[in-house]
Amino acid sequence: MTYPAEMRASLDKVEASRPRRLTESFPRLDPQEREAILHTFHPDYIADAFREIRVGPNKGDRTPRELADTLEAPSILEHEGYNLDEILRQEPSAFCDVLVIGGGGAGASAALLAQENGADVLLCTKLRFGDANTMMAQGGIQAADKENDSPAIHYLDVMGGGGFTSNPDLVEALVMGAPKVIAWLESLGVMFDKETDGTMRTIHGGGTSRKRMHAARDYTGAEIMRTLRDEVRSRVAERPSIKVWEFRPVIELLLDEKAQIAGAILKDLDTSRLMVVRAKSVIIATGGSGRLHYQGFPTTNHYGATGDGLVLAYRVGARLAFIDTMQYHPTGAAFPEQILGQLVTEKVRGLGAQICNADGEQFVYPLETRDVEAAAFIRECKKRKRGVMTLTGQAGVWLDSPLIDLLKGPGTIARELPAMVRQYKRFDIDMTREPILVYPTLHYQNGGVAIQPDAGTSIPGLFVAGEAAGRHPRAEPVDGQQPAGRVRVRSPLRGLCR
Amino acid sequence: MVEIFILGQRYEVPEGLTILKAFEWSGFHLTRGVGCRGGFCGACGTVYRLQNDHILYYALACQTVIKPGMILGQIPFFPAQHPAYRIEDLKPTGETLLQMYPELLRCYGCNTCAKACPQEIDVLNYMAAAVRGDIAAVAEISFDCISCGLCVARCPSENVPPNVSLLARRLYGKYLAPRAEHLRHRIQEIEGGTYRPEIAVLKSAPVNELRNQYAERQIEE
Repeated sequence: MTYPAEMRASLDKVEASRPRRLTESFPRLDPQEREAILHTFHPDYIADAFREIRVGPNKGDRTPRELADTLEAPSILEHEGYNLDEILRQEPSAFCDVLVIGGGGAGASAALLAQENGADVLLCTKLRFGDANTMMAQGGIQAADKENDSPAIHYLDVMGGGGFTSNPDLVEALVMGAPKVIAWLESLGVMFDKETDGTMRTIHGGGTSRKRMHAARDYTGAEIMRTLRDEVRSRVAERPSIKVWEFRPVIELLLDEKAQIAGAILKDLDTSRLMVVRAKSVIIATGGSGRLHYQGFPTTNHYGATGDGLVLAYRVGARLAFIDTMQYHPTGAAFPEQILGQLVTEKVRGLGAQICNADGEQFVYPLETRDVEAAAFIRECKKRKRGVMTLTGQAGVWLDSPLIDLLKGPGTIARELPAMVRQYKRFDIDMTREPILVYPTLHYQNGGVAIQPDAGTSIPGLFVAGEAAGRHPRAEPVDGQQPAGRVRVRSPLRGLCR
Repeated sequence: MVEIFILGQRYEVPEGLTILKAFEWSGFHLTRGVGCRGGFCGACGTVYRLQNDHILYYALACQTVIKPGMILGQIPFFPAQHPAYRIEDLKPTGETLLQMYPELLRCYGCNTCAKACPQEIDVLNYMAAAVRGDIAAVAEISFDCISCGLCVARCPSENVPPNVSLLARRLYGKYLAPRAEHLRHRIQEIEGGTYRPEIAVLKSAPVNELRNQYAERQIEE
């Protein structure tokens, strides 16, 4: 019982109304109401939160103010008063064939495959190698490798999940390459969940027609990331080599006189020293931008996910794609503070938990689509002022989890949601007896740097892998596609959301 | 407000903050010692004492709420040996572990590693399994390790449990776990061009046709 007294009063109301709500169901919105609530409250439709970009290849395009400000901000070189000519007169700190920017799943995979193919690789990352969203992906990674499945069925699922707007060439590369990626990870020693005969244990993701989500318990991304990182580290002494530089983010890319990639300027965060790296090609694998906290939202993203790669690419003239849409997941944890913004799986609502406001009353059908559900939570807190406020000023609504056991029998929650029960237990919250507080959370950067199926950009020598790459416009998410996108390299296109 | 001590200095911070947020609230701009903020990456290993208490406590800064009188220090980096190897050249045996990490034999079972683990992993138990050469047991017991390095910092026999267990898990995943043969079969089909015609038809189909197919698709139970 760790809910503070301030929240306790509201929680009592939820408990008081529970017996009545057991037989009460809140009606679904009709199509007009859905449209109306989206246009008024979904973050993608808050006109005031967007503005036109004033300079560069996407001049005139709409994007969240936070991203526009970041793209237009002066270079660190200028801002901190460095002399570019002086820097470029320095002897470069390193020469390499391939410079990989970013130390997540996409960056590590790119580094490994480049090295295997004969390139001298330098992987540099802003924080630690492996500090990335990949590490936090719990659910799974998709590939059509079962007998009742096929790349063609996967293709249709992805196109449908993307509202039939995705680039067909990129989707083809994704579905045809995915089984190979899983086999590659298996050969590196990733401990996928399997039956005793080796058959992968797979489950459904949101929007899939076949059970093709592969997992490693609920540490899938972490298991993949630590394996890739270990593989990179174990090759450090080889020729050609992979060098890893941590706490040395790239702050500008360098072009030669033919406007081809020539390298980058890095900043050592410990010493503030600038370093020049000469590279024949550069792979941007810097991940997403949830940590820009668009419109003040919490995020599921890693601390370092500040959209750096978008800025680097934009400043050398690469075009960005679909940067007017972000994915918000309706049920991010709003309390306790330790897990603010972290994902609370949709399964909780799927099993029968209702959504209640501060007065303990339902205000939305619990299983509207993600965008509508999120918009309804925001309306309840912002417009109707019937959200619950935490001590740190985070608004939220109640997800009444104890209902599940009342509806489906005692023990259902513990059986169906063991990881979540453990997670909340860490903070002395027993979600089988008490509701949990949730609020929409920034989950995925739908857009990014525009790429071709070979991951190239309009700048010769510049490639993009993982979440930093832009793929398709606003669409309903298909669970579990993103880790596949993150670890693909031969054709490192974007995955399609969690 | 709660009184805490960060690197020896006294600060007052609001109740309910995590250690990480208490640092930030106090004005620290963290570069090292912070990562995913979700308890998965192991970047924020922290040690602390409480006043009038001799015990050394261990925590992940992003997952632990401050307590009054905490005296906090972080261990953002701790040196740890990691030999160069090619996983495909190794055998999944205890000898491999000993060859890569010969200091394993110096473990004398003090259990300081397990006490230091913020994931509550029985580190000593898996280190003992490593000495016995029971790769599967090491892999199983150590699975939730996030490599925060707190056990490394504390081990009096200079072992690196996270790296030992990582190697064991990779050996298990690659050699001891049964291989997914259906994967190989599917890759052969893809490389043989089995799906090319079907995908080509889908790629050139009009959106309405795709919409219909999508609406009528069979969902696996």
